[in-house]
Amino acid sequence: MALWIGTRKGAFVLRPDRQRRRWQLSGPQFLGHIVHHIVQDPRDPQTLLMAARTGHLGPTVYRSTDRGRHWAEVPGPPAFPQAGDGKSGRAVDRVFWLTPGHPEQPGVWYAGTAPAGLFRSEDAGAHWAPVSGFNEHPMFSQWAPGRGTPDGELLHSILVDPRDARHLYLAISVGGVFESTDAGANWHPLNEGVAADFLPDPNAPFGHDPHCVVLHPRQPDRLYQQNHCGIYRLDRPERRWQRIGRAMPKRIGDVGFPIVVHPHEPETAWVLPMDGSGVWPRTSIAGRPAIYETRNGGRSWRRRDHGLPRAHAWLTVLRQGMCTDGAARPGLYFGTTGGEIWASSHAAESWRCVAQHLPEIYSVTVARH
Amino acid sequence: MACSVHVASPLRDYTRGAAVVRVEGATLGQVLAELERCYPGMRFRMIDEQQRIRPHIRIFVAAREARDLAQPVAAQDSVHLICALSGG
Repeated sequence: MALWIGTRKGAFVLRPDRQRRRWQLSGPQFLGHIVHHIVQDPRDPQTLLMAARTGHLGPTVYRSTDRGRHWAEVPGPPAFPQAGDGKSGRAVDRVFWLTPGHPEQPGVWYAGTAPAGLFRSEDAGAHWAPVSGFNEHPMFSQWAPGRGTPDGELLHSILVDPRDARHLYLAISVGGVFESTDAGANWHPLNEGVAADFLPDPNAPFGHDPHCVVLHPRQPDRLYQQNHCGIYRLDRPERRWQRIGRAMPKRIGDVGFPIVVHPHEPETAWVLPMDGSGVWPRTSIAGRPAIYETRNGGRSWRRRDHGLPRAHAWLTVLRQGMCTDGAARPGLYFGTTGGEIWASSHAAESWRCVAQHLPEIYSVTVARH
Repeated sequence: MACSVHVASPLRDYTRGAAVVRVEGATLGQVLAELERCYPGMRFRMIDEQQRIRPHIRIFVAAREARDLAQPVAAQDSVHLICALSGG
């Protein structure tokens, strides 16, 4: 396996030995490019897509068909339709998120952008078309008004139900979680039970701030969400999220960016809490980073910080910055905005820093050799 | 008639390293279309899908900053593609 690392200044790769003890760093590729996401196609492991831009130049997508050795810019990156005369239209500022399509739809990919937009490719990422069922939905201007986070209104966490290619979820920061059961032709909000402390209406149907939403691959009716306002779980066909973050220690709270599920155990998930008090420092709490693990679907949480710094480690891990490798005894990995990669070779048991001094890390993903 | 286009370094991956290229066009829009034909992908990095010049791109025609793609370009004009970013 390899870890693909997207940073503010390019892409890097970390490869471990068989025991995952020694790691070899290679790169940078695309030095100076802002790399938001690098994702391998599980249906065709030769293919990887990379969402990138630079400080000056507009957004694009690069594609490799030889497992990342060589890359080429795709001919038709995501772009909104041109607005009619006299009308203002959206322009993609960044391609933020990449999701491979259903296993039975080879070549299909989804992309999420800032400002919020959903795009689909049917030719392995070469050309992208807007998903008009979402981007032109009658409610779109209210779901995604274009006033998002300081980094823009981000469309992310595009999830494809492994049982049904027509069943999709996505999330917008800020906007909420949305679901389609007809391959993206129609959408509805799915935010019941989720707090939105920053909204005047606590029961608003949308306008929430999901930071990361995941679906368990072996039990696709089980969803977890790390939200700006807590950690949640949803068991479909229920529509009301349960705030499982209430079981976190009060001094830690349940704010964070990433959430990762165990690849084989639907009851097990990991979060990396951050400081959401006051002006939202978004650092590890009290300078002592820790993973919190639940093995019972969020009824209880256990601190997992063996090997992590004990003091003065003011880390931030972004929503695409933590992942698992899918092994029977899965490794867990996260990258910090301070340019460190931390690895635990079995779940969250024991952590080691395996790379440092990298640029600000935006994403960490696993690719198979 | 062809005009000279001076290409900023972030865009030279498209021009295979060339700092100056010559393309034809009577307006900035036509010059950019010809650049795209010769160097696929280059235009979208500078001009968004709403035909606006991107926030950190500046384009000068005959030493005057162009505001839109209708800007006329004469054969003797130089077009400068500038990447402008602050910070640090």
